[in-house]
Amino acid sequence: MQELVNRAKELLADGTVARVLGWKAGDLPYNPEPAYFEKAEELVDFVYNGFCGANLSKYMIEASKLEGKTMVCLKPCDTYSFNQLIKEHRVDRDKAYIVGVGCKGKLDIEKIRKQGIKGIELIQGAELTDEADTLKIQTIYGDKTCAYADAMLERCHVCKGKEHMVYDELIGDSNETKDADRFDEVAKLETMSPEEKFAFFQKELSKCIRCNACRNVCPACSCRKCVFDSTKFDSSQKANVDSFEEKMFHIIRAFHVAGRCTDCGECSRVCPQGIPLHLFNRKFIKDIDELYGEYQAGADITSKAPLTNYTFEDAEPSIVGKRG
Amino acid sequence: MQRIGVFVCHCGSNIAATVDVSKVVEMAHMEPGVVHAEDYQYMCSEAGQAKIAAAIQEKKLTGMVVCSCSPRMHEATFRKAAERAGLNPYMVEIANIREHCSWIHKDMEEATKKAVILMRAAIAKVNLNAPLQPGESRVTKRALVIGGGIAGIQTAIDIADAGYEVDIVEKTPSIGGRMSQLDKTFPTLDCSACILTPKMVEASAHEKINIYTYSEVEKVSGFVGDFTVDIRKKARSVDMDKCTGCGVCQEKCPSKKAPSEFNRGLNTRSAIYTPFAQAIPNVPVIDREACIKFKTGKCGVCSKVCQAGAIDYEQKDEIVTEKYGAIVVATGFDTINLEKYDEYAYSQSKDVITSLELERVMNAAGPTHGHLERLSDGKAPKEIVFIQCVGSRCSDDRGKPYCSKICCMYTAKHAMLIRDKYPDVNVTVFYIDVRTPGKNFDEFYRRAVEQYGVNYIKGQVGKVIPQPDGKLLVQGSDLLDNKQILKEADMVVLATAIEPNPDVRRIATMLTASIDTNNFLTEAHAKLRPVESPTAGIFLSGVCQGPKDIPETVAQAGAAAVKAIGLLAKDKLLTNPCTAQSDILLCNGCSTCENVCPYGAITYEDKEVNDHGIRETRRIAVVNSALCQGCGACTVACPSGAMDLQGFSNRQIIAEVDAICR
Repeated sequence: MQELVNRAKELLADGTVARVLGWKAGDLPYNPEPAYFEKAEELVDFVYNGFCGANLSKYMIEASKLEGKTMVCLKPCDTYSFNQLIKEHRVDRDKAYIVGVGCKGKLDIEKIRKQGIKGIELIQGAELTDEADTLKIQTIYGDKTCAYADAMLERCHVCKGKEHMVYDELIGDSNETKDADRFDEVAKLETMSPEEKFAFFQKELSKCIRCNACRNVCPACSCRKCVFDSTKFDSSQKANVDSFEEKMFHIIRAFHVAGRCTDCGECSRVCPQGIPLHLFNRKFIKDIDELYGEYQAGADITSKAPLTNYTFEDAEPSIVGKRG
Repeated sequence: MQRIGVFVCHCGSNIAATVDVSKVVEMAHMEPGVVHAEDYQYMCSEAGQAKIAAAIQEKKLTGMVVCSCSPRMHEATFRKAAERAGLNPYMVEIANIREHCSWIHKDMEEATKKAVILMRAAIAKVNLNAPLQPGESRVTKRALVIGGGIAGIQTAIDIADAGYEVDIVEKTPSIGGRMSQLDKTFPTLDCSACILTPKMVEASAHEKINIYTYSEVEKVSGFVGDFTVDIRKKARSVDMDKCTGCGVCQEKCPSKKAPSEFNRGLNTRSAIYTPFAQAIPNVPVIDREACIKFKTGKCGVCSKVCQAGAIDYEQKDEIVTEKYGAIVVATGFDTINLEKYDEYAYSQSKDVITSLELERVMNAAGPTHGHLERLSDGKAPKEIVFIQCVGSRCSDDRGKPYCSKICCMYTAKHAMLIRDKYPDVNVTVFYIDVRTPGKNFDEFYRRAVEQYGVNYIKGQVGKVIPQPDGKLLVQGSDLLDNKQILKEADMVVLATAIEPNPDVRRIATMLTASIDTNNFLTEAHAKLRPVESPTAGIFLSGVCQGPKDIPETVAQAGAAAVKAIGLLAKDKLLTNPCTAQSDILLCNGCSTCENVCPYGAITYEDKEVNDHGIRETRRIAVVNSALCQGCGACTVACPSGAMDLQGFSNRQIIAEVDAICR
């Protein structure tokens, strides 16, 4: 982290960048939040640890409109989102100085809590430079420990890899954290009967409180005005007409990001209700891979996305239809 | 609020027998905005249209719904009727209660319910309709014909005779197509070359026709009346202007092992070649794959012997860009690959050949100089078996579900010609049905049977087994006598199914012309617009649209020409006002719409916007309404809903869905 802060200071001092986009400590030890730093002295608040899961690439949409460059800290998985935003002309590559930061897997406070660890006051071992594979946690009930891997976000268990897809320089090393296939869960859902699937999604989506956190955090949901906020389409009232009222919102959202979603996992990370929203997107990704060949959104900025491209090898609509 | 009139058509008994039309009228009165509703026996008739006109004027209608047949049938009729009565034609909506309802349902109560729902959806849409005005676009008075076979040649000649410039683009080194490979033609048995060559010469000599051979269409943009086409002229390696067509280069070329495309690979040709003697243009091309000079850098014999100095090894592909008002597709056919029909031993024996190969064998310019002989040992055959429907009328996915249409007749022709020239040869034909509808066709077939003694057996062949002595054992069944047949033959001829030229998929995509599951180009209406593609300005000529013989092809080629001439004769076209527009406040500038637009109608501009007080420059999609064809692909691809189609706005579509779900 110190290396990052030092480099940020240098870049601010020599005028390469006008501001730094990173994370600062939150009010609890496990909720750092995205933050801009415009002066060297502000960087005392800068943090980068295992809880910095937030994908900063979407902030670059607004940062691209500001004067001067912004140093932005992107983890390997975040760079896919950034590339996708370049492709969609939503961020200006020239306005970003990308520091590719190392990552050894990001932590999920809910997983720690599920192990019965409550009243957390301090967590040690979450720094990138920490060698230990165990977190030491001070709580008001005494000291506890938790294996790092057991506290990782689901998305880190299916990590896309240590490589940054786009960057100006790299700071810090990354760990291999992948130990599962990202389509396992989807494959399980696919074996369910339509009734079981319906029941599953009804149960999950019924938890939705429509706080819009998933939409607001999603780098693919970058529309200037969301169709659900617009009076132009009468789609706002389409959101809640059924027994589990928010299903249309989530299904329409999944369609809107289909083929553009990089599977960054932010939607599920921020959902206060713990809805596994990433499953919708992964189902689309799996189908796209199977029907049109493997495609990773954001892996580059030139390839044509399968859903907005036509080739002679494309699956016939009848085949897509039969799969349901 | 609109003042809407609803007109429910009985279509004789087509609709009224299944849908309670008076109930539909009754329900119409209960819909918001409806101030008039009536039913009539034939709304499209003069009297029906007069009723519409009267209602528009008396009730001061601002919109109307006709519950009738498909809009593809009569939308234009009702729009014109409305316009004559002073109503904007785009305020007319059709509820298709015939094809979508009465024709496909039996229960009157259910069908009536559905008709009411379809009507409601149309009324909901009309409530949001706005008057639209078509624009104008110009017509480039030049036509492009893709394919230089008999279909393309005939279409080109007919268009050129009407006084318009025509370009033919032909992929191979010469025009002439499949017909040039045929020996004799049914039902008159005149020589194919004798009737085709004059047509080829006429096309080539016509002052209004320009022929690009050894060329392919590379890119098509634009729209009806104003297409821009890139044509790739492949490097011929021979200067067309200098070459005198003397043929010495072909004689002297030391590389003579390339399979002759013209003779279906039954013999070989030189690396520098013209496909056949009557080729037009009579200028050879160098097949760079086979040429020693291109392969090793050494040789250059053709260049040395060419008196005219026409050989140019450095020649490169050239792209020519031209503008056209109309495009005619005449890409023709090929025979199917017989890989999946190995029971007929095509890959195992040289004496099992396709009918098209037999054409070459029978032809004086063919590999055997017209002598009927076995290709394995050159011996004269005594027993020949013809197998019909190889890959045609096939119920599984090995072959084609359709009838190739020409095989019954050409097999009768082959059988007759063989029996005439070689009376000692026995000819047996295995068939499923003999199909001979056509002028003088059945008489022709009967002559083969009655006069020439061809042995027709109704039944299919299960297997052809090559014997050690070189004979072919044919295992078949005789369905009329209900017995199995084992027959030794010296030659077996397969009436191989035809399929559209494989290139047609690529071409159809460039033209945005639709194709069916068999890769035949789809016509705008199977009965009433058989030579037009649903894509405006694209016309269909010959087998690319469906199997047909030469007389039918020529007739259709002429029909396609007439349709193209009808278009080229106009100075201006009215453009469809149902085009897309982007809402500058909603547009993200993300390029999704640009990626999906098949017409290249969308570009991006940096525009100053004032978004509720926020002034900034944004990348905004801009639609060229002259290029936009109103397909709506952009509106569904746009994530923010900024793209909207006039006449089919997102709100209108959702209103229709809401009305249906109500």
